[in-house]
Amino acid sequence: MSRRYDSRTTIFSPEGRLYQIEYAMEAISHAGTVLGVLAKDGVVLAAEKKVTGKLLDLSGAKEGGYGGSGEKIYLLNSNVIGGVAGLTADANSLINYARSAAQQHLLQYNEDIHVELLAQRLCDLKQGYTQYGGLRPFGVSILYAGYDSHYKFQLYHSDPSGNYSGWKATCIGANNGTAQSLLKQEYKDDIDVKTAISLVLKTMSKTMDSTTLGSEKLEFAVLTVDPETKQPKAKIYRPDEIDKLLESEGLAKKDDDAMKTS
Amino acid sequence: METSFAITGKGYIIVAADTTAARSIVKMKTDEDKIKTLSPHLLMAYSGEPGDTIQFAEYIERNIRLYQIRNNYPLRPPAAASWIRRSLAESLRSRKPYAVNLLLGGYDTTTYTPHLYWVDYLGTMTEVPFGAHGYGSYFALSLLDRYHDPEASLEEGIVTLKRCIDEVAKRLVVTPGKYKVKVVDKDGIREIEL
Repeated sequence: MSRRYDSRTTIFSPEGRLYQIEYAMEAISHAGTVLGVLAKDGVVLAAEKKVTGKLLDLSGAKEGGYGGSGEKIYLLNSNVIGGVAGLTADANSLINYARSAAQQHLLQYNEDIHVELLAQRLCDLKQGYTQYGGLRPFGVSILYAGYDSHYKFQLYHSDPSGNYSGWKATCIGANNGTAQSLLKQEYKDDIDVKTAISLVLKTMSKTMDSTTLGSEKLEFAVLTVDPETKQPKAKIYRPDEIDKLLESEGLAKKDDDAMKTS
Repeated sequence: METSFAITGKGYIIVAADTTAARSIVKMKTDEDKIKTLSPHLLMAYSGEPGDTIQFAEYIERNIRLYQIRNNYPLRPPAAASWIRRSLAESLRSRKPYAVNLLLGGYDTTTYTPHLYWVDYLGTMTEVPFGAHGYGSYFALSLLDRYHDPEASLEEGIVTLKRCIDEVAKRLVVTPGKYKVKVVDKDGIREIEL
């Protein structure tokens, strides 16, 4: 019976629900985890890569790529980093849209787009697919880590229904419930970036399915303000930088040495 | 003839515009306000083709207001100036361009700095320490070269402005009679009497 209300995104079920939107959100909770933490002097994002394997060619990701290190974390504008969870193809389309929206704002106002405004622009697009007929909604949730002159550092989350909200720390994708309760326990107001980085990595290591963390499974990015230029500085870590960071946090692979000697 | 001045000082901007509305050789009105308040910290003095000025100024005023309603905060002066300049530049390339010259004075509440922009009907925009439009500018700019001080207090700024107005009154053939003067600083916008 319920299929009567599934086949079109725009039709309410008798209980007043939009099933396709709910399924889209469900799809996201199986996707790779993306985690964000807001600090007083920066924002930290980490993501779990799902598509891995010996034969996957990661030579593009090695250089950090054009604005991204692989699958989940992308530079949306010079002041905003986006972390996506869900269908990668849908995410690519949204990232493209976000980047043009940001550039359009730059062209019109000669200033970087405000983080909330960028989130709003994407949500307007996402909401459209919950209302206009015959089309499937975007199966993507996004975390926006950004900086602007009005509200300084910010972290937003948007989902397929077109809702968005601001957070101090949040998580999307697989195991987001576990991660969020961990964050709720561990998060303190006024933490600095350094503490936020260890909080993110600690939470990631506890929530990810694999037991060990490594650059082949993890993406990582930090947004801070350059002390000299006072401009936002987005840093998406390269694989070797992630490994170095994990080592310094004492979370690197334990079997690394064993592999080298064998 | 139409004249407007604007000068920056320490934490403020003074914008002054004459109050005559003229048609051909006849003064129709002598208390016209040609300085619009675009947002709590942004002023725009406009001059040029009579119908165009009001039409364009109201269009800008309402769109800046719309942005503020939609986003809960007003555009910062640099962003507002860029958008206004673009509007003029797009108008210039249309069938019927607006012939409007502007002086935009605003106080940026996020960086605590005053900004002044000189904009003409061709879509030229420059950030300046002081600016003027109209016939009065030929007399005022050289005076301001000599007497303008970016660190001046508001009282000193007003004295400099009076110098400009007096010089225009002395040398220009058709002198505007009265000026409206507005100040924008950290506390917002207010009108002052000379």
